[in-house]
Amino acid sequence: MFQWFHRLASLKNFYRLAEIITPWLAVLCAILLAVGLYRGLVVAPTDYEQGESYRIIYVHVPSAWMSMFVYMVIAFCSAIYLVWNMKLADIVAQASAPMGAAFTFLALATGSLWGKPMWGTWWEWDARLTSELILLFLYIGYMALRGAFENSAAGAKAAAILALVGVVNIPIIHYSVEWWNTLHQPASITKFDTPSIHISMLIPLLMMALGFKLFYLVNMFSRTRSMILEREASTSWVRNRAQENNL
Amino acid sequence: MSETLLEIDDLSLFRGQRCLFAGLSFSLSAGQVLQLVGDNGSGKTSLLRALCTLLPLETGTLTWRSEPLPQGRDNYLAELCYAGHADAIKLDLTPRENLAFYASLSNVPAHHIDTVIDKVGLAAQRDLPCRLLSAGQRRRVSLSRLLVSKAVLWLLDELLTALDAKGRALVAGLIAEHAAAGGAAIFTTHQPLSLDGVRVDPLDLNAIQVQDDSGVHS
Amino acid sequence: MLEAFNAVLNRDLRLAMRRRGDWVNPLVFFVIVISLFPLGVGPDTELLRQIAPGIIWVASLLATLLASETLFRADFDDGSLEQLVLSSQPLSVLVLAKVLAHWLITGLPLLFLSPLVAVVLQLQGRSIPALMASLLLGTLTLSLVAAIGAALTVGLRKGGVLLALLVLPLFIPVLIFGSSSVLAVEGGFPVQAHLSMLGALFLLSLALAPLAIAASLRIIYE
Repeated sequence: MFQWFHRLASLKNFYRLAEIITPWLAVLCAILLAVGLYRGLVVAPTDYEQGESYRIIYVHVPSAWMSMFVYMVIAFCSAIYLVWNMKLADIVAQASAPMGAAFTFLALATGSLWGKPMWGTWWEWDARLTSELILLFLYIGYMALRGAFENSAAGAKAAAILALVGVVNIPIIHYSVEWWNTLHQPASITKFDTPSIHISMLIPLLMMALGFKLFYLVNMFSRTRSMILEREASTSWVRNRAQENNL
Repeated sequence: MSETLLEIDDLSLFRGQRCLFAGLSFSLSAGQVLQLVGDNGSGKTSLLRALCTLLPLETGTLTWRSEPLPQGRDNYLAELCYAGHADAIKLDLTPRENLAFYASLSNVPAHHIDTVIDKVGLAAQRDLPCRLLSAGQRRRVSLSRLLVSKAVLWLLDELLTALDAKGRALVAGLIAEHAAAGGAAIFTTHQPLSLDGVRVDPLDLNAIQVQDDSGVHS
Repeated sequence: MLEAFNAVLNRDLRLAMRRRGDWVNPLVFFVIVISLFPLGVGPDTELLRQIAPGIIWVASLLATLLASETLFRADFDDGSLEQLVLSSQPLSVLVLAKVLAHWLITGLPLLFLSPLVAVVLQLQGRSIPALMASLLLGTLTLSLVAAIGAALTVGLRKGGVLLALLVLPLFIPVLIFGSSSVLAVEGGFPVQAHLSMLGALFLLSLALAPLAIAASLRIIYE
């Protein structure tokens, strides 16, 4: 187990592994997204309360889930980086941050689009949307802090500490925003967590969620690979690869 | 043969992507004084900062009194005093207040502070705010920390900066006294420093510097 | 350990006594920000009373943020922060002393000023104890959280805006519970739950923030 961990931690081995599995994941991701979108947008029945506009959940809900998931990945990798000084963990965290921010932005944008037909405004201070907005701020802060350091190793560690501080705060922020929301508008309806969802709507949603996760993995792997090449540019294995490919 | 205090084994240090040096090993015994020699950019300051644990070691081990770091970190820091480029004194406080602060920070009694201040020639200024002192006088206050802290290992970066001839002689005397009493010191300076009765071993960083780019790594 | 804690605390308080601007400026800032709101939204007494808790709390947030920028700056510049990091005493205890000193200098005066601004903003007299209690717990938490950001950015040349970006989102829970405790009293509801939440936040940050601050201060020298 530990040997496996160490072998994976080697940037060279991870590069090879990612190189092999990325195309497979990409194909699977494309299939899931295509089928999920078709079943969600065409096959699934119209909602009797919300009409056709509910179909935006097939993008909104997976991106909202991913926005949290990616932050957890970053926090997890940051902890590994700070404790074991494992460079791969730092690269994965660095590669994930802009994607997490993009998912968060997508969740916000789709939530706001959905709000127009449902609430009649482009922006409603709904607890979930507000939490997403704060999450976006956390992502931006994380990336800005990392970018501000001239010494990239110190920047990586600073960002890792911030990610851990953030992950402690996320549940607190989430519940305090919910409390704030019920305090100020007790009658507000949160439409996104429909208690019971029909199975014909649920299956495409889960397919989309899995598709989004694979989309993240494919992109994260390719970003990680290019960052590995950048950091290892002067080592012999990268040079040999470059020669093999006539670069 | 006196007791070995500090052992450095296979140390290499990087600044960003650049390897300053690799495979540095040396040891320091009680009563020994080491001068780091090397061109600008050869890594003298970085080595001192690595020795006082401010910079992480890329490779290699640091052992203090047979106890390797990081386990022995607290014991090591308790016996170490580092004087860097900055004076590390508060200009709004008097020399006495500054030193009293460092005494309680390193958990040593403060009653000998006045003796130390007399010794570095600041008796008349002991209750003036450091803001009113000259650069050389501030440096003296800063170096007084070495005496107040009762540290065994002194790490001194550019210790002669801003000091006049008298100041330089004073510092030479302090180091000689420290070594004679069983202390150890590692220092860098660009000015000549002669110590009476104490041998200064040079450690030349140019000699172990990595010249080609084969040592460059992430 | 306690001696080192006291040494840092006493030194920072003494320094603050000799440099007035450090603690007077955030106070003046607090008052100015608060007086901007009536000018912006109009002098309608009823409206001001409704938004007063939010105004006071946002102003406290900004004042704490502004003040925290200087928390480690001077020590970093003159090299004494290095000496704290190299001390054999636990760094988290030393930074806790620094944060406490800083709160006594910049946070506590806000507390004493708050009844005044409460009156100016038409809050009812019975809300003032709740306002002060919430500010006591809240600004302590804010100082601890802001210190993490200050430690992370102290080595950077343009740390100021970045500090705001890092720290303000983390202030949100304190803002919510702080202003809601005043709103509760204004609306005639019990305030205990809100204050308990603020107390919990304070204890959590007291336990974790010094560790994060200490870790941050170690890495800025790399």
